Amino acid sequence: MRTSNRRRSTLSFLLAAAAALAVVTVVGILLTETAMETDFSRTGLPPSLDALFGTDWMGRDMFARTLSGLSLSIRIGLLTAAISAAVALALGIVSAVCGGLVDAAISWCIDLVMGIPHILLVMLISIACGRGFTGVVMGVALSHWTSLARVVRGEVIQLRQAPYILTAQKLGVSRAGIVRRHLLPHLLPQFLTGLVLLFPHAILHEASVTFLGFGLSSERPAIGAILSESMRYLTTGKWWLALFPGLSLVLVVMLFALLGDRLRRLLDPASVHG
Amino acid sequence: MILEARDIWFYYPGRKHAPVLRDVALSLCSGERVGLKAPSGRGKTTLCRLLAGYERPRGGDILLNGRPLSAYRGVCPVQMVWQHPETVVDPLLRLGATLAEAGPIETRLMDALHIQAGWLERYPAELSGGELQRFCIARALHPATRFLLCDEMTAMLDLVTQAQIWDFLLEEARRRDLGLLVVSHSDALLERVCSRVQTLA
Amino acid sequence: MPPILEIRDLSIHFVQYERGFRRRRLPVIRDLSLTIQPGQVVAVVGASGSGKSLLAHGILDLLPYNGQMEGSILYQGEPLSPRRAEQLRGDEIVLIPQGVTYLDPLMKVGDQIRRGRKDPDSRARCTAALQRYGVGPEVEALYPFELSGGMARRVLIASAVVDRPKLIITDEPTPGLDAKAAGRILGHLRELAEEGAGVLLVTHDLELALTIAHRVTVFYAGETIEEAAAQDFSSSAGLRHPFTRALWRAMPQHGFHPLSGAQPYPGTVDTGCPFAGQCSRCRPDCVQTQRIPLRPWRGGAVRCLFPEEEASS
Repeated sequence: MRTSNRRRSTLSFLLAAAAALAVVTVVGILLTETAMETDFSRTGLPPSLDALFGTDWMGRDMFARTLSGLSLSIRIGLLTAAISAAVALALGIVSAVCGGLVDAAISWCIDLVMGIPHILLVMLISIACGRGFTGVVMGVALSHWTSLARVVRGEVIQLRQAPYILTAQKLGVSRAGIVRRHLLPHLLPQFLTGLVLLFPHAILHEASVTFLGFGLSSERPAIGAILSESMRYLTTGKWWLALFPGLSLVLVVMLFALLGDRLRRLLDPASVHG
Repeated sequence: MILEARDIWFYYPGRKHAPVLRDVALSLCSGERVGLKAPSGRGKTTLCRLLAGYERPRGGDILLNGRPLSAYRGVCPVQMVWQHPETVVDPLLRLGATLAEAGPIETRLMDALHIQAGWLERYPAELSGGELQRFCIARALHPATRFLLCDEMTAMLDLVTQAQIWDFLLEEARRRDLGLLVVSHSDALLERVCSRVQTLA
Repeated sequence: MPPILEIRDLSIHFVQYERGFRRRRLPVIRDLSLTIQPGQVVAVVGASGSGKSLLAHGILDLLPYNGQMEGSILYQGEPLSPRRAEQLRGDEIVLIPQGVTYLDPLMKVGDQIRRGRKDPDSRARCTAALQRYGVGPEVEALYPFELSGGMARRVLIASAVVDRPKLIITDEPTPGLDAKAAGRILGHLRELAEEGAGVLLVTHDLELALTIAHRVTVFYAGETIEEAAAQDFSSSAGLRHPFTRALWRAMPQHGFHPLSGAQPYPGTVDTGCPFAGQCSRCRPDCVQTQRIPLRPWRGGAVRCLFPEEEASS
């Protein structure tokens, strides 16, 4: 064959990316203890074979701190993305199916949430919920469902007028049957892709809020907290404190974004021809 | 049985000043084969959609035996075969699953329409328009169907397939005493198939 | 003068995914040959799904990326390479597509026809082209969704012919139009041919094709089975291939005779005649012969081992 099998390579990429993220998550959890250990005999070491990412002003190993920070970010990302997506799916379908006043109310809510800058909203909700883990999760989850809800709503409204759904109704298929057999399978690709693409946003916003001091407490080795602390030492020439955690955060976010993009291509029913 | 459209008015939302249908009346009895003719864009398809209950008229009534069509529950006795079969089957379902929604289809129908068992395993995108159309006709010929609206049903098929499908459908309509409404731009076809032709002005 | 378009032994196939990761080669057109002289309308008639639209796209090098083409296409005596096709399409070679969805929904009609040019000359030609098809200049300021189906189709034609093309390829130009509107559109095509352009009309509708075509090429299961002059269709006896005769007899005005069986998928019949399964005159030879060649016959061409018998019946 002239071209390589694109579906197969897409799937191998998906699996590899998912595996890499899983490894980071698990290793990060295992390294949490190491990340908290202080050793004042070796403070402020630049990167070397001994300490890959160097050590900080309290002699903590930056490699362990980065990994456990990423792990925490990924877990928060998963949780918040799942909550956001569930809210989006429910509100989107309800909005489209009920129509009228309910639709207007939900659409108004979407506009309202979308109208406020994300970071501000996350901060406010986080403060209101008492900061910390709950605060961040609530903040990120409650501010990220809007665009997906809008997509789901639009999709359902369009699907409801699709000739094949109208025809199924005329052939006596029940309302539940239509939702199960026709609506959900059509929403699934959009929904899954939206879910995966929520991760990078959630992770970035969690890190930003923590960086600004409105999120996780500074003892926890979260990426936001690490970056925020290292800013104070940047002027003293300890560049490794910010560079590696920052870079790895960017990498993880990009990996998630690519994952979502590839997933969309794989699930797209129109791609049978390629 | 008799299917009637009485003084139908229809316009699309926000286009009240330009109605698609105004004061249209039409009646179709069991066993009757009526042709419907009109220049393009005069609402033939819209009238079919109204008669099959896909859409409600803005004015006037669609009556089946004197009862509003919307009062019938379950499988609608008025079924429609569309011009483009690929729009009326769910692209994500195997054809077998789509066909099963309306209840089992008699093998006699499948044979007469040359529907191969292998097609049921396939997705709509894997069949040609002609094959899908046979499929949609088989589905529309549900045991509860009393009236069949054929909207340019064979316009996109070659002549041999057209002749095949009509040959079968006319026989089936006679056997089951179905009422047929045939929309077509081909005068030769209407003349051949219909007992009377109505023009939509 | 060389023919405007000459296609020799053209084959098109697709690479497609089956369930999961398996791939298969899906032949859609096999060994197609046709010639269009200046001023001629040539119709390609075949069943829906027989790959006719791909022929049009293939000539313009607009096949989807998983489509592959073999054989040669000569435009005015010279090979039509992908690069040449890209240069010529839209100017000398134009496609009038099947659906009105080919119009850009976000661009006003006038801008689409002028392809963005704003000089007075382009404006005048655009207005003249629309005028010719009975569309007033006020339409130039409308968006495609504001047009009716028939109007959009006329705009498509106007937009194709505004630059005086030499070869016009049309893909099902008249579906869903009433006989009068369809006749008008076909009349426009015939007119363009009379002005010296070559017209390739791809359609499933033999009746409409016969109203304007000079020559007709009939497709069956992805193969050309007959090439005939339009007047050969005035009686069944003038035709050469049993399938073409079946088509003729299936016309509502010629008896509406059905033919049992269905066309095989392109590429599923490897040996013998693809029509063997539906042919009433099929003989053992028809099934056993490896490949039946398309050969000249009574001023046309036919892909059948025993066409002579048909001529006498």
